[in-house]
Amino acid sequence: MADETLSLKKAFSGHGGFGVDETTMAAMVTKWRKQPDQKSRFRSDFSGFFTKIGSIEKCEDDYLLRLKTEFSRFKNIMVLWLMHPWERDARWMHHVMHKSYPFTVIVEIACTRTSEELLGAKRAYQALFNHSVEEDVAYHIKESYSKLLVGLVSSFRYEGPQVDNDMAKWEAKALGNVIKSAGSGKLIQNEEVIRILTTRSKRHLKATFKHYKELHGKPIEEDLGANLCLQETVKCIDKPAKYFSEAINIAFKEGADKPSKLSLTRVIISRADVDMEEIKETYHKQFGVKLEDMITKNTHGHYKDTLLTLIGK
Amino acid sequence: MATLTVPATVPSPAEDCEQLRKAFEGWGTNEALIISILAHRNASQRLLIRETYARIYGQMLLKSLNDEISGDFERAVILWTLDPAERDAMLANEALRNWKPQNPVLIEIACARTSNELFAVRQAYHALFKRSLEEDLAAHTTGTFRKLLVPLVSSYRYEGPEVNMKLAKSEAKILHEKISDKAYDHEDLIRILTTRSKAQLIATLNQFNNEFGSAFNKNLKSDPKDEFLASLRAAVRCFCCPERYFAKVARVAIEGLGTDENALTRVITTRAEVDLQLIKEAYMKRTSVPLDRAVAGDTSGDYERMLIALLVCAPDVVSGRKEMPSIFFSLQRNASQLYINFLRLVNGS
Repeated sequence: MADETLSLKKAFSGHGGFGVDETTMAAMVTKWRKQPDQKSRFRSDFSGFFTKIGSIEKCEDDYLLRLKTEFSRFKNIMVLWLMHPWERDARWMHHVMHKSYPFTVIVEIACTRTSEELLGAKRAYQALFNHSVEEDVAYHIKESYSKLLVGLVSSFRYEGPQVDNDMAKWEAKALGNVIKSAGSGKLIQNEEVIRILTTRSKRHLKATFKHYKELHGKPIEEDLGANLCLQETVKCIDKPAKYFSEAINIAFKEGADKPSKLSLTRVIISRADVDMEEIKETYHKQFGVKLEDMITKNTHGHYKDTLLTLIGK
Repeated sequence: MATLTVPATVPSPAEDCEQLRKAFEGWGTNEALIISILAHRNASQRLLIRETYARIYGQMLLKSLNDEISGDFERAVILWTLDPAERDAMLANEALRNWKPQNPVLIEIACARTSNELFAVRQAYHALFKRSLEEDLAAHTTGTFRKLLVPLVSSYRYEGPEVNMKLAKSEAKILHEKISDKAYDHEDLIRILTTRSKAQLIATLNQFNNEFGSAFNKNLKSDPKDEFLASLRAAVRCFCCPERYFAKVARVAIEGLGTDENALTRVITTRAEVDLQLIKEAYMKRTSVPLDRAVAGDTSGDYERMLIALLVCAPDVVSGRKEMPSIFFSLQRNASQLYINFLRLVNGS
């Protein structure tokens, strides 16, 4: 065990500046798959690169800067994989503020993480950036959807089993009325829409969406118009596996831009230990191709191997 | 500075429970014994006592209290005994079920607690009411109040001391602009008040005063009857000077004919472990009367003894005055309703 850690540390530190030992790194991903405790122990042991602010674990800033200058997709994925999930989510959200990532990443993180995970990400964000994520989103993002985003990121949804079915039915009706009367541009700023989507529990919302379909004969996404923010919110809450499989697919398209390609790494790393099996099934059903095959065809080298290991080939 | 006094050697939870049980036994109740124990234990000690009591006697301490005592005394003891996060969750839920814009409880909980304390309240609310605090708040309030209260209560502010002076200056300007236009619920104003860290907000409000010659709150007094402006002022005071805010709540509760027992109980039970000493000093400064003397003069019986026990860092000071009738006839119903709701939640009935 001590040997492995030592060789991994060496691998990260590079051979005296002659690059990094990628083979060793890739082997660790296989060995430590689905073992967050191993990674946690490695982080606390590796004081050159990982440190703590209070109880929040983080990468040393110097190290991250150095990585950027020797950027390669593989090293990026290794560091992300070793990072604490809270730090990962905080850094991804921070990227959105500086416009290098699309705002949908915030919707993704706010809606697909559990309430406790989102709290952890917000704490990590404060430790890293000396601001709360709510204040940064409210300040830096001045679009029609910013009220919805702030609400999503401030939420601390109830996670228990209780659902008030009558209320869910009532709110499905209310949403129907709002959708009918509001212009599609105004929908994103409607108080009731925001209230329901940003405060109700996920179970309650799933029930609401089900009632909506029964009431109006079609799923709510079809009635939300071209409103990307609303669409993604509903998808992330109701069918996260579908959301993730679509995000992955965009990365493989011809002429995909950099942020879209980065979503491949992001989705696979963040979901490897959570619901990867479901995402693979959904992907296969939706696009008629196995995810393993797409990855094998479109990526190379150690990056490819790591992705394949993470999805559990 | 807290006023809570805990004895140098604290009896074990089991010993405390035995004494409490003795206080309940037989005819009548030994209220003084109840006060002498519960009013002198901190939050973690009280929690241990409740757990131990339930384990030994197979019954909840709060239920025994409800059976044995009543009225304002019962309300004070039960609120005090609850864990601070649960207490705030109960107060918030009570305020929501009977929501009136002039009720400041939600503002106090959102603004006079630390970020982590407020988050603990939200967690306690989940456990007690099987819904999130935000969803109940959003569903029970409307219009400008909802616009202010939901983000206030959902905020998880950065707690560090860092302040960006440039930002403070620019946001002070924005605040001034909006209130000059009487756009008191403008989204920028709400954004600044509900997302910035307390240190940043205080710096911004100081800048406001420097730049524009008068404090922010002074500019929010255009219409004394406007409840929304009153809420804004309360929020600002809770951030900046909670001791003076609570001293005023206590003063208003005591002044004039009769007493607002609920408000008095709220101030004393929610601040005894926080800054009640500072509140006493602020009260004294403003009225030239010590708070414990004012409370003793305005309340009576076991209720008075409980409040004084929490208020005074010394052996009990019991008033020898005549009992003054309370005009707001707080009945058994007052405290029991609070407790009945608590029971319902915990038993899931």
